[in-house]
Amino acid sequence: MKYIDEYRDADAVGRLADRLATEVTRPWTIMEICGGQTHAIVRFGIDELLPDGVTLVHGPGCPVCVTSAATIDAALDLAARPDVIFCSFGDMLRVPGSKMDLLTIRAGGGDVRTVYSPMDAVGIAQDNPEKKVVFFAIGFETTAPTTAMAVYYAARENIGNFSLLVSHVLVIPAMEAILSSPESSINGFLAAGHVCTVTGYNAYHAVAEKYRTPIVVTGFEPLDLMRGIYACVRQLESGKYEVDNQYARAVRPEGNIPALNTIDRVFEICDREWRGLGTIPHSGLKLKNEYAGHDAELIFNVKPVISAESSVCISGRILQGAAKPPQCPAFGKQCTPEHPLGATMVSSEGACAAYYRYRPSHNRKE
Amino acid sequence: MCIAVPGQIKSITGGDPMELRGVVDFGGVEREIMLSFAPEAKIGDWVLVHAGFAITIIDEDSARQTLADFDQILGEADANGEPH
Repeated sequence: MKYIDEYRDADAVGRLADRLATEVTRPWTIMEICGGQTHAIVRFGIDELLPDGVTLVHGPGCPVCVTSAATIDAALDLAARPDVIFCSFGDMLRVPGSKMDLLTIRAGGGDVRTVYSPMDAVGIAQDNPEKKVVFFAIGFETTAPTTAMAVYYAARENIGNFSLLVSHVLVIPAMEAILSSPESSINGFLAAGHVCTVTGYNAYHAVAEKYRTPIVVTGFEPLDLMRGIYACVRQLESGKYEVDNQYARAVRPEGNIPALNTIDRVFEICDREWRGLGTIPHSGLKLKNEYAGHDAELIFNVKPVISAESSVCISGRILQGAAKPPQCPAFGKQCTPEHPLGATMVSSEGACAAYYRYRPSHNRKE
Repeated sequence: MCIAVPGQIKSITGGDPMELRGVVDFGGVEREIMLSFAPEAKIGDWVLVHAGFAITIIDEDSARQTLADFDQILGEADANGEPH
């Protein structure tokens, strides 16, 4: 087993789609939460294999996309300081704030470094005691334990020049915000498999019950995705709304206890502004007071600012599954991956960027 | 962003969970990663790695079961004479 190729059998995926077609009697709309899944669905054409009536809509699960322009502006300010080494996952470098991006800051002389792991940024802090090293802590519950461990380790080892600019987001509050929206047409969810490796899925039972919506924990390979969709449609056709784990090789009901404990040790829940969606209560993580010495917002006295978003861009509606990328008047015209106007075009995992890359027939450049 | 890549553990070093590391083979490319969140992992185990940390151990039995279930679903389809 290599745990990749076995789950990419195109013939089997197509046959399962055919099987699904024989079981569908009514139209259903299913949202995949995770940007990684959106990317895989569009890349492998999973949505185009589905029978008429089964529609996938793409959710807000791209943390690169939903990091607010105000937070990115704060990152740009820090990265431009001569006393700072600013470390980030590579995905964030091209994401525009209200005026520019981290690559522009680097071109202008800022010390902006791409790291593979937050622990690499801790190492950079140890190697550069005369500098202040800031790591841009974005991501869902999958990533939060890794930044939590970095700051926990830095505190334990007295690495005082290491800090986090935190913009972590949580999945369930976003799901609830979408389900509560009057525009919501979602009948079922594919829950993000990798988030669930950390969180488990026990907390989803209450959501499935409250909104009478099936939630299927789903993996990322074509076969996993088709299985998740198939399991979700089967529940919908039989009137069920249960939590089902179709990614059992990686996800346990209770999640990853050491990872959850590390999150709890370092972070607490806060309100968070999402790009395209606005502020969602209790949807983010921030550092606890005892880690204030490693909190870049406090160290550098980052002031909250209001950053304007494009008035043409409909990414907010796309993130809620209320619209698809080609419906936006700016898609492929003023708004491209090189010059994104909004959240869903800024990262390759955003729905607009995925359509732009893999569905050239939808690109309407004039 | 929440991408996690499967790889197989080749060696393990360190005892303190915060220092627990392993060398993982990703299809021929080896890389040292943290095992703090998979302290029970053993050499030979497959793990999913995200941002330099193993976030879960892949359960081989479940992985095989998933493929077997799939064959069963498609087998039923074939038995019913449904189209491929």
